[in-house]
Amino acid sequence: MKRRTFLKGTVASGMLGVAASAGLLAPRMVLAAWPEAAFNAKSIDDALSSLLGGSSTAESSDINIKAPDIAENGAVVPITISTGMAAESISILIEKNPSPLACTYALGGSTLGFVSTRVKMGKTSDLIAVVKSGGKLHSAKKTVKVTIGGCGG
Amino acid sequence: MAKKNIRIRAKMKDDVAEVKALMSHPMETGLRTNKKTGKKIPAHFIKEVVCEHKGNKVMVASWGVAVSKNPYLSFKFKGAAKGDTIKVSWDDNKGESATAEATIG
Repeated sequence: MKRRTFLKGTVASGMLGVAASAGLLAPRMVLAAWPEAAFNAKSIDDALSSLLGGSSTAESSDINIKAPDIAENGAVVPITISTGMAAESISILIEKNPSPLACTYALGGSTLGFVSTRVKMGKTSDLIAVVKSGGKLHSAKKTVKVTIGGCGG
Repeated sequence: MAKKNIRIRAKMKDDVAEVKALMSHPMETGLRTNKKTGKKIPAHFIKEVVCEHKGNKVMVASWGVAVSKNPYLSFKFKGAAKGDTIKVSWDDNKGESATAEATIG
């Protein structure tokens, strides 16, 4: 069962489509519907345009990407993104993955520009961190070599 | 999926609360094939993770299939104190969800 959320221009408000089924514990406000188009986008530009409204980013030395130079297991690549900027959001894209956008984090006003997680990488690729701060997009990237791909199939 | 577990460790470091969460979830990409049946294993992944503190959403994560199985997540925020409660919840693409609370130490 697919539910298409049309995100062009505006962010679809209201609960996620899946809210209709049992499972949601308490009524919650979500900041935005799950950005389906961005996650399905096949190119970095499309993903960023869909997610953040634009794809041009300024390279920033204030974004630090901590990730292994060589990932032994592409299914579990630990990465940590940190920045001193007042970040509204941090997004992680993996250039050569089937769908580049891996995850995005909307940060509260008192939340630091810091996120650490583990992602899957299909093959050696650039890992791109995009930080939205002051309404602008800043980015940094790091190449991670992958010996065994993590996307399966 | 066996247990829908969220393990949370939250600690104050100076004036920053550092939260580490580990969730049990297959995070199936939908790209893998079941070798026996030859059919694709359908995607099953956490779409959204929300962390709340005193009614505020401190962080909302939107995830795709590229987040690793049994996802780990760590973030930091200000405005909390030792003894405060934080709540982490997730929803996945099949309509399942889980939630857990922890006290900041």
